[in-house]
Amino acid sequence: MSTTETHDPAQAAGGHVDHHPGPREYVRIAIILAILTALEVSTYFVDFGALAIPLLVVLMGIKFVMVAGFFMHLRFDTKLYGRLLYGGLFGAIGLYAITLIVMSFDGAPRV
Amino acid sequence: MTAGVHETTLGLDHRKLGMWVFLGSEFLFFGAFVSAYILYLDTTAGGPGVEIFDIPFTSISSFVLLMSSLTMVLAHNAHTRRDMRRMRMWILATAGQGAVFLGGQIFEFTVFYKEGLNLTQSPFASGFFVLTGFHGLHVFVGILLLLSLYSLTLTGKVKPDQDLKTEMIGLYWHFVDIIWVIIFTVVYLIPDLLMEA
Repeated sequence: MSTTETHDPAQAAGGHVDHHPGPREYVRIAIILAILTALEVSTYFVDFGALAIPLLVVLMGIKFVMVAGFFMHLRFDTKLYGRLLYGGLFGAIGLYAITLIVMSFDGAPRV
Repeated sequence: MTAGVHETTLGLDHRKLGMWVFLGSEFLFFGAFVSAYILYLDTTAGGPGVEIFDIPFTSISSFVLLMSSLTMVLAHNAHTRRDMRRMRMWILATAGQGAVFLGGQIFEFTVFYKEGLNLTQSPFASGFFVLTGFHGLHVFVGILLLLSLYSLTLTGKVKPDQDLKTEMIGLYWHFVDIIWVIIFTVVYLIPDLLMEA
């Protein structure tokens, strides 16, 4: 059986979703990501002092949002997909925070 | 609406919705391992710690994986334009970059093992190998999915109008990439800076 399996109902209805970026824009985004990665790696070679860790966290966040937003099309798709992804991310951060709190108790297992 | 599009009551394709739910749950999976790694960062039991990392080498493999996201999105873009020849070319490029990343990880693990870091050596070592090993397993599964997609387009089982299949595999691949964006910073770069401080 041949079925039409396009990436969203609007496209299935016969139209092509043309608000997604084109190849040129994807390449531009990849160049920005490459520059951000180079900046991250530069913290290994250059002493940024107290700014290094906050800088790394910010760069990581920007890269994350760019890949999710443009390459995974979160910026162009329904917001529900974004909520599912970021819900999982914040769940993971919450899990870390809870583990950290539990391990700070005196009776917590130590290695 | 065209027959054959599987919608939920939300008006969304249920397969794509299912993929996003799966990816959201995967954050919890990796979140647990990242938490364990950070919490046991100092417990090296006298063995090697973060000083063993080769940051320049890992930076190159991280860059390769990041660029594989570009070729993956170009493959999806080509599929939506029904350009199957170009789509297959980008799919192979993505799988190739994934294989380079995986090869780099195997090489890194081998070097660490020779230098005395193994899975049961310390809580730090267990945390590191389990986290990065599971990520490597995800990359391996991604490569298998990409090669399956490549073969299915060659045999005509995935047709030019079925770009959702490429999009779903692409979502998985980009997810594997963003998890590595986190791992590269949290597991490699920040602990290395903390050690120097």
